[in-house]
Amino acid sequence: MDRRKMGPNDKDLQIILGTLLRVGVVASMTIVLLGGIVYIVFNPTNHVNYANFHPHSAKYSSIGAVFSGLLNMDGAAIIQFGILLLIFTPVLRVVFSVFGFLIERDYLYASIGLFVLSVILFSLSNSLVG
Amino acid sequence: MSVLLFTIIVLVGAFLAGLVGSLTGLGGGVIIIPLLTLVLGVDIHYAIGASIISVIATSSGSAAAYVKEGITNIRIGMFLEIATTVSAVFGAVITVFINPNFIAVIFGIILLFSAIMMIGKRTDRSNTNESGGIGHFFRLNGSYPTESGQRYYVVHNVAGGFFMMFIAGIVSGLLGIGSGALKVVAMDNIMRIPFKVSTTTSNFMMGVTAAASAIVYLHRGQIDPVIAMPVAIGVLTGAMTGAKVLIRMRPDKLKVVFAVIVTFLALQMIYNGYQGRL
Repeated sequence: MDRRKMGPNDKDLQIILGTLLRVGVVASMTIVLLGGIVYIVFNPTNHVNYANFHPHSAKYSSIGAVFSGLLNMDGAAIIQFGILLLIFTPVLRVVFSVFGFLIERDYLYASIGLFVLSVILFSLSNSLVG
Repeated sequence: MSVLLFTIIVLVGAFLAGLVGSLTGLGGGVIIIPLLTLVLGVDIHYAIGASIISVIATSSGSAAAYVKEGITNIRIGMFLEIATTVSAVFGAVITVFINPNFIAVIFGIILLFSAIMMIGKRTDRSNTNESGGIGHFFRLNGSYPTESGQRYYVVHNVAGGFFMMFIAGIVSGLLGIGSGALKVVAMDNIMRIPFKVSTTTSNFMMGVTAAASAIVYLHRGQIDPVIAMPVAIGVLTGAMTGAKVLIRMRPDKLKVVFAVIVTFLALQMIYNGYQGRL
């Protein structure tokens, strides 16, 4: 069967995306682990109680809050920063795919990638929280 | 409970959840949520927030390996992400307006369904018959490397699969799980994708789908770093261990044992939700 009919070869894109995902997961989880150690070392006797959901007592519920917590070297903020990096790893994967598809002149899939990115951007707006 | 003790207990529980999740193919999220809520008394909203983080970590980690091998169909993945990201955001937005007890019941039903899917045999329905117009237009047909060379396949019933993915995305956003079982229904049974391709492509999509709802959870304060840290690290290391063990054994017999455990967890979730205890 003709190869072009079955879809183009995306070998380079596959290797780039695979590497990106691996680096993103390893880096973000290392930061989460470091933050966890810092948090436990400085707050070993803190008591935890998660029996009820208190949305307004969350200290790090925005990207800005996480960055200002990082400046104070707060362990919880370091964890949350690692979590943000982890969340943005697959998002960055979509950004890279868009560039990859543009290079391949596959405008249909570049637009699909852009649409997915715009959904993510939309979810970043605070008005959705309810 | 002190932070240290809580972290250690959650770390061990999450490791086991990741291990079982990868051995059975269920994923860690569906196991860590009952563990946190039923055993440790954590509010289900926090459990959902922590679980979605572990879903991103494990799915991106394994997708990294598969995408390099060229098994993942990036186009099918990106095309179906249109459905899953929109519906995941929708699910994450509505989850807070739904009674937690009702969420627990839905969770239990999905868990039961996953247990049934797990013991049932997956049948490969793929073929190279002519596919429909949508599959052709979006160039979803592809091939993947096997021991006997490239194997070609075509994609069927794209509209049906797309709709099923929409449901999978809502469930993912609502419950904070990867909803792999529903994605398998969409890809294996409706779109008739070979399952090596469907498994890896579903993993590939899961990260961005989960990221879309994770951002909504984060803004709402559902992602608590003290819970998310041991959950993400535990589930990821458990899943990695499970993947290593899987190469050396066939877990068919274990699956029955796990199916019984998962069924028990599912019934507990439904019962507690029904009684209004969560």
